[in-house]
Amino acid sequence: MASLVGSRVERKEDKRFLTGKGRYTSDINIANQTYAIFIRSPHARAKIKKIDTSKALKSSGVVDILTGEHIAQDKIGGLIAGWAIRSEDGSEMKCPANPPLAKDSVNFVGDPVAVVFAETLDEARAAAELVKVDYKVLKAVSNLGEAMNSEAIHDGIDKNLCYDWLLGDRQKVKEAFDKADKIIKLDINNNRLIPNAMEPRACVIDYNTASEEITCYTTSQNPHLSRLIMSAFGGVAPENKLRVVAPDVGGGFGSKINLYNEEIVCSWASKKIERPIKWVAERTESFLTDTHGRDHITHAELAVTNDGKFLGFKNETIANLGAYARVFGTVTPTYLFGPCATGVYIMPAAYSNVKAVYTNTAPVDAYRGAGRPEATYTIERIVDKAAMELGIDPIEIRMKNFPTEFPFKQTLVHQIDSGDYVAGLNKAKEMADYDGFAARKKESESKGKLRGIGVTSYFEACGIAPSPVVMMLGCGVGLWESAEVRFNPTGQVTVYTGSHSHGQSHQTTFAQIAADELGVPIENIDVVHGDTDKGTFGMGTYGSRSLTVGGIAIVNACKKIVNKGKKIAAKMLEASPDEVDFKNGEFVVAKSNKKKTIGEVAFASYLPGVRDEVKSPLPEGEEPGLIESSFFDPANFSFPAGSHICEVEIDPETGHVKLDKYTAVDDFGTIVNPLIVEGQVHGGLAQGIGQALYENAQYDDSGQLITASYMDYTMPRADDLPDFNLGFTCTKATTNPLGVKGCGEAGTIAATPTVMNAVINALDGKEISLPATAEKVWKACKEMKKSNAKAA
Amino acid sequence: MKKIALEVNGKKVTKEISDHTTLSGLLRDILNLTGTHIGCDTSQCGACVVHVDGKSIKSCTALAADLDGSKVTTIEGLASNGKLHPMQEAFKKMHGLQCGFCTPGMVMSAVDLLKNKKNPTDQEIRDWLEGNICRCTGYHNIVAAVKEAASKM
Repeated sequence: MASLVGSRVERKEDKRFLTGKGRYTSDINIANQTYAIFIRSPHARAKIKKIDTSKALKSSGVVDILTGEHIAQDKIGGLIAGWAIRSEDGSEMKCPANPPLAKDSVNFVGDPVAVVFAETLDEARAAAELVKVDYKVLKAVSNLGEAMNSEAIHDGIDKNLCYDWLLGDRQKVKEAFDKADKIIKLDINNNRLIPNAMEPRACVIDYNTASEEITCYTTSQNPHLSRLIMSAFGGVAPENKLRVVAPDVGGGFGSKINLYNEEIVCSWASKKIERPIKWVAERTESFLTDTHGRDHITHAELAVTNDGKFLGFKNETIANLGAYARVFGTVTPTYLFGPCATGVYIMPAAYSNVKAVYTNTAPVDAYRGAGRPEATYTIERIVDKAAMELGIDPIEIRMKNFPTEFPFKQTLVHQIDSGDYVAGLNKAKEMADYDGFAARKKESESKGKLRGIGVTSYFEACGIAPSPVVMMLGCGVGLWESAEVRFNPTGQVTVYTGSHSHGQSHQTTFAQIAADELGVPIENIDVVHGDTDKGTFGMGTYGSRSLTVGGIAIVNACKKIVNKGKKIAAKMLEASPDEVDFKNGEFVVAKSNKKKTIGEVAFASYLPGVRDEVKSPLPEGEEPGLIESSFFDPANFSFPAGSHICEVEIDPETGHVKLDKYTAVDDFGTIVNPLIVEGQVHGGLAQGIGQALYENAQYDDSGQLITASYMDYTMPRADDLPDFNLGFTCTKATTNPLGVKGCGEAGTIAATPTVMNAVINALDGKEISLPATAEKVWKACKEMKKSNAKAA
Repeated sequence: MKKIALEVNGKKVTKEISDHTTLSGLLRDILNLTGTHIGCDTSQCGACVVHVDGKSIKSCTALAADLDGSKVTTIEGLASNGKLHPMQEAFKKMHGLQCGFCTPGMVMSAVDLLKNKKNPTDQEIRDWLEGNICRCTGYHNIVAAVKEAASKM
């Protein structure tokens, strides 16, 4: 049987999606369900003086209206930060309480204060209009740069500062900088983004009055973790009375990692009102209340020699947490950011200093890449600036500073097991026809256009898992992953995974892996995920971890199956287990033609003696059945890397940036399914390009989100993007048996600096802030024209 | 309330609906055809695209009451006798979908494009699909799928 790992297998999940048979949360209806509408703060910062629900309660069809008072009375806990980060001075981070319904104060536009349940959605909407909330409006803190000098939003959190974190050695950096020929300085923003999974968040809750079990169908990237938090911290119900199901989920990108207010409130309320509840966010609610991403202000410095060797790097960053610290909110700008900020280079000394602050804006958390895009943007922009100031080619300066021996101990945290950065950049250079750029630039100029080329080399640390490491860094739990592999007596296989697919194609790739391990046709393998009642507890999907952690748990469980199968087969074949080999789904006795298929062994394991070839095939001490599980906790993160090159053509008359060519060369180790991996890269690139050219979440001074619809927040559309030119190099990961590295976030991580380096290259090095909208580029072109005229 | 009669995926449907029921509301909530998705409520994302009398429209902002006598085709009605439409086949072959949420609208838009233009260029495909937002694929494989379908139809 040919190996499926490495094949372009078409997806098992596609047929249902393509025929309208996907089952997303908002597709689920439960008999007798009520409809929930949340009443949200229209103010960014206010005290709640009074909530009057009397009129609304009398409105047609209203079943109940609940507020923060009710939540507090029932002692329902709130949302939590998952990582404890310490400040440089050793003090603990400061986090405010984040109740599911605000009782005393609201801290961002969209913060929920009450919820209406009614017989129909229209009735719930009408009643919500009648709920009167009396606010004392306070001055909002909406500007990140001014947050530390503004009034404290939360009691006891001075300067709005959650922590002032340092990674690295200030003294070493000072010594390195003292020796430098030149210090390159750069002030940059990393613009705030809204993840915008196409499926708005939703939950449907069913409370079974007989079993007293709550079932919460929800749009989650990690249902097991949601149940744990809702149970252990929210006190909604014990875990055995709470089932969380994330059925088909229409994209996550980090925004569906968190458990949200609505899931806690509706789960708790369903038991209270003894009715099923359906809540579906409108798009503007998603804009307002989904966790946002990025939002940094950074000052960075790079110490270099005249011939382009890096001596040291530092950055001082202010990171926006929004109104509250959520699950990955505090780690994203620290351990997911700082270690990667030295980039893919030998950097003798470095530090990252991050001040994370609260503002009256939506909570900021992980968004595709989480910290690593911000880090890569910082280093790759400053490296380009160094190349320009030193008069060195951008590729040459990168090559000069690449490590060439692996494992490579990266400056701040990571021990990178494998990689070949030179090969990746060389391949990208060739594929992008880097050497032909000058001619293309000339041609653009002849048409009155500006042309720029941008390069980025990146590595990233993903496959977020190794429990001892993440717990040392402050994570509240270890981030291993689980799998269970079950043979049916008649030979089909069900693979249960604790990770969750919301577009990543686990049903296909995980089945490919199991098919190879077990020698069972892929058609006979089903992958089950997303239901706390099915399969083992798992940690979920984020940080490009599903394959490198969850996939390996499947491999290990399959290996246990084969081991047990070997013993059973040996008994059936009257041989010793040592003599039995397993290959292509068959147990074969060495140097003989005696063999049993794994299907026959599975049958015999459940129904010993039913077929008469061996009356009792189970070896002594062996239990019946063929089911094995594994919890895999890897030795390290995985470290994909690569080099991207893009070319832009700018029309100085309009400021329009045309993305002309985009080449991405990535090293993801072993590729299980190239069709799917290419798709992951394409999608990642689109999001990184979106950040560079289009997307920007904007709050006004009063804390109103002025980009809360698709009319105002620019999503990349089909006609904004080019075809992508992809290439791959392969150095296998040494920390897992498949040699795989994460691929889900790389495109996003690399694309933003690649595009911006190209835009700035076209503008002769003129700095421009993210995103490079047509307006900003047009202004820059005009200024260029003016200064060129002056010079002439 | 208004009584309307339409043909949905080849079946006659008669329903009494409120004046403000949208076509997407009729399809999803009354006819239980949940393949048509709602991504934005404002006619921006295109997840709700269906065909009315052979033309692609955004069903989240069409009033069902206006469509008395129309023929509606949704994603559920595209395959015939269990055989996928060439556009559906092409999306599968070229990996033109990931999470699947924008897919029904994307496929219905693309089918309409090929009715208007047999062999569209890349740019024509990208321009036509400008009203369908996909957050997963970066559109690369969607364009490839539409070209693949065009070559098969």
